[in-house]
Amino acid sequence: MKAAAFLLPLAVWCLVSYCPYVWHPMVKVTEQGGSAFLRPGTLIEKPAFAEENGRLQTAGKPVAKGDPSNPIFLPAPHEVGKALYTAFTTEPIRRGDPWLHESLWHSIKIIFWGFLSAAVVGVPIGVLCGTFGFFARITEPFVDFIRYMPAPAFGALAVAIMGISDAPKIAIIFIGTFFQMVLVVANTTRLLDASLLEAAQVLGAKPRRLLSHVIVPGILPNLYNDMRILLGWAWTYLIVAELIGASSGISYFINQQGKYRHYDNVYAGIILIGLIGLTTDQILAFFAPKIFPWMPGAAGKRSSITAFFAGIVAFIGSPRSERILSRPRTSADLHETRAQGTAPTRRPIDMAAQEKGSDVDVRIA
Amino acid sequence: MYGSLELPNYLDPPLAVRERFDRIGQRPTVMEVQNLGRVFETRTGDVTALNDINFEVRRREFICVIGQSGCGKSTLIRILAGLDYPTSGQILLDGKEVHGPGPDRGMVFQGYTLFPWLTVKRNVMFGLLAKGESSHKAEIDARMWLNMVGLSQFADAYPHQLSGGMKQRVAIARALANQPRILLMDEPFGALDAQTRCQMQNYLLQIWSAVDVTVLFITHDLDEAIYLADRIIVLGARPGHIREIINVPLLRPRTRETLLDPYFLATKSRVEALIHPPEEEKAEELHFPRLVHVNDSIM
Repeated sequence: MKAAAFLLPLAVWCLVSYCPYVWHPMVKVTEQGGSAFLRPGTLIEKPAFAEENGRLQTAGKPVAKGDPSNPIFLPAPHEVGKALYTAFTTEPIRRGDPWLHESLWHSIKIIFWGFLSAAVVGVPIGVLCGTFGFFARITEPFVDFIRYMPAPAFGALAVAIMGISDAPKIAIIFIGTFFQMVLVVANTTRLLDASLLEAAQVLGAKPRRLLSHVIVPGILPNLYNDMRILLGWAWTYLIVAELIGASSGISYFINQQGKYRHYDNVYAGIILIGLIGLTTDQILAFFAPKIFPWMPGAAGKRSSITAFFAGIVAFIGSPRSERILSRPRTSADLHETRAQGTAPTRRPIDMAAQEKGSDVDVRIA
Repeated sequence: MYGSLELPNYLDPPLAVRERFDRIGQRPTVMEVQNLGRVFETRTGDVTALNDINFEVRRREFICVIGQSGCGKSTLIRILAGLDYPTSGQILLDGKEVHGPGPDRGMVFQGYTLFPWLTVKRNVMFGLLAKGESSHKAEIDARMWLNMVGLSQFADAYPHQLSGGMKQRVAIARALANQPRILLMDEPFGALDAQTRCQMQNYLLQIWSAVDVTVLFITHDLDEAIYLADRIIVLGARPGHIREIINVPLLRPRTRETLLDPYFLATKSRVEALIHPPEEEKAEELHFPRLVHVNDSIM
């Protein structure tokens, strides 16, 4: 299902790119004919091309020929696909410019430090705000005030204070995520089931123990998901952050390629950001049930993407004879194999069943 | 309410029952509630939730509090647990006034409230560790209590893997592990199906008879209250007040046949009359539109 979400936009892109009757507002000249200014390879708008040909016809000169084509800012999928590879292997045009992989690595480092510093300060403050009403009242109004200021607005100040190195870029990401984080984490903390706190109090837990042994472990799974979402926001601020001071990183690469009108590379750069984001998010999502084994549904749950790849691996790994034999599968077969593959001891059902018949071993003195 | 059925007087139980209550009356008082009141301040004015509540609980007594919804049952138990505060009156535990929640009063909630991130064993250890016990000793104690409620083989399971009845047994074990003076139970079996509920009532009676603990149990189920309790505190609504404290005229141990005992029915008839006064029922007559014409009435 997740793959299908990508296939549909890709299909639209292919349709627009490869089907000459869909859109294609330009003409790419193949033969210049008698024209004085058309050159093979020139992109020209359809009406202008027709007008020029009309002029050539009345003058009795050979007409120019061309294929319908899309504007330069919409390269075809295969061009972008090629660019995804060649962008890494092509030497930068200006000497001294970073290679693409260096730009990417630089961006990832900025994100990492910016987000880490925001989390180190923001999460504890958020938890305190969510726990103690007094703390929330003295912090949240101010946080709310700053939250409405766009982080890039601090760009000039950050450069003035921290110079043109990476520090102001990290600061922009910090400002962009920290204030949101405080409010989001405070809200997550408030959503913790209050009856758990009451239960802990009745069991004799004092405020400090409540915080460390009930609130913090209780909100961790939701906090983890908050971090996944906020990490996405950090990438948004990265693009602006990298343009202040001495521009660098992936957004410098994208801008630079735009200037050279290498739009296939521009697309490649944008797609790379998306891929990095998606990958980190999927990795985090993959580890969540392993970190929080106590969440309902954590045991034995597999995402469709991992199931898909596991299926491919199993297919390649199986002996060839079996592969051919197992080709005409019915959906019932599929169900069976899936059930075998993805049901690592779902114990709850067994336990509930056991309870009915279990004799409670209570000895009355 | 049972029409022609000849029922004995619930106030005049057999001699053995009367002697038992005499013995209970000689036990020391564990909890004493004096002139307890709770007024909630709302925008539209003050609302009295509880008014002048007085009762005392003897050691190892099983008390049920019953009343229709909105009569302040939950407010009462929350105040006793220290999760809410009274606006007047006081609560004495072993003769000393108590404020705020503490491990001397254990509580079992309707919604289980097990810590989902802790295993069953660690849940039971929670109060012991909070008390400052070493984790080694806490673990031994926790295993003992889990054995008592028959869940020792699930010590390392997480709460979400358990059924409702099992969760509530863990919650009882967790509350008892602290060895509270009184165990407060707020409709603990309300969310369970009828069969499990019946099973749980028997478990609870077994545990109660094996452990030195006093129980104050809130319910809205008449059968449950009479089946479990030594005494029933019947609350009336608006404002919450005590209508009557009934000594249940039944001996222990009780079995399912107790539910058909004439004294059981007599008590039930009395409690029902207290909770649903006949004059209130008249007002609830509903008028249905005549949708289908039928010749024979179901009556």
